[in-house]
Amino acid sequence: MNLKIYTERCKGCGICAAFCPKQILKVSEIEKIEVLDDASCIKCGQCELRCPDFAINVVKEEK
Amino acid sequence: MTMEKLVEKYFRPGRLPHIWCPGCGNGIVTGAIVKAIDKLELAKDDVAVISGIGCSSRASGYLDFNTANTLHGRAIPIASGVKMGDPRLNVIVVTGDGDSTAIGGNHIIHAARRNIDLTVVIFNNNIYGMTGGQYSPLTPIHSKATTAPYTTIEPAFNIPELVKAAGATFVARATTFHAQILADVIAQGIAHKGFSVIEAVSACPISFGRQNKMGGPADMMKWQRDHGVPLAAWDKMTDEQKEGKFPIGVLHHDTSKQEYTDAYDGIIKTAQGGK
Repeated sequence: MNLKIYTERCKGCGICAAFCPKQILKVSEIEKIEVLDDASCIKCGQCELRCPDFAINVVKEEK
Repeated sequence: MTMEKLVEKYFRPGRLPHIWCPGCGNGIVTGAIVKAIDKLELAKDDVAVISGIGCSSRASGYLDFNTANTLHGRAIPIASGVKMGDPRLNVIVVTGDGDSTAIGGNHIIHAARRNIDLTVVIFNNNIYGMTGGQYSPLTPIHSKATTAPYTTIEPAFNIPELVKAAGATFVARATTFHAQILADVIAQGIAHKGFSVIEAVSACPISFGRQNKMGGPADMMKWQRDHGVPLAAWDKMTDEQKEGKFPIGVLHHDTSKQEYTDAYDGIIKTAQGGK
């Protein structure tokens, strides 16, 4: 899993989806973010950097 | 440290989700403040976060430092009192454009004049959001607001120029799009001994964007990307290219002026000299 979502914090603003270079995020009908294709995530961190709600995080591998 | 870990370390537990609207930039500015504090490795007890009233001022309630959510426009005088009481504290003021430049306008210029060691982070969303979209001193001229249905006829303040002229010794600006630069300049402002002001350009999609047809939250963030120009590039631009845009980065830094609590310490020593 590359992305971890705190669904209760997400308000569905769509900023992460708009800035995702791989276009793998989508705001669902109930205005929560959905990961369409986790395997295509390149962990660039744009979503985490731009989320105003602390709702989406890139999962770092344990060292 | 990842944002998830920063939230765990510096936010009061169980307070999220926050009250801000979908797409509001205030969460990003609040995140930048904790990133800056983490970068400087400040102990939580050595930080005081003082806020006024408004959307932005709610930030102090989420943060696990010494905090106070005070009176409208009066965050800077109360923060000045905190700093005078314990000059070792890193005192950060969280305020909005209306809070700091309208009702608190007098306080910000005099705190700047004294060069007291506060770090003022102004969440500039160009509007009074919480009360329903009334125009503020930072609403751009010819914008719509609920109190200006035929658009505003007042020019906006330029925060960096205003506080620089009043005597602030560290002045910077960044946007919520430029989140990393924002965290960096806040860290520099906290590290600077003297009056520091950071203008954080933030989007209010509900109360400002909607009235002014700026699109959704992502469109407003792209607007910041396209209009905020890093200083190195700004300096090479012609006046024509600068039209409608604004520089970001550290805009003014002066280490030559004496800081207020230091000067006050000097007065105490002089007064006690006769004993």
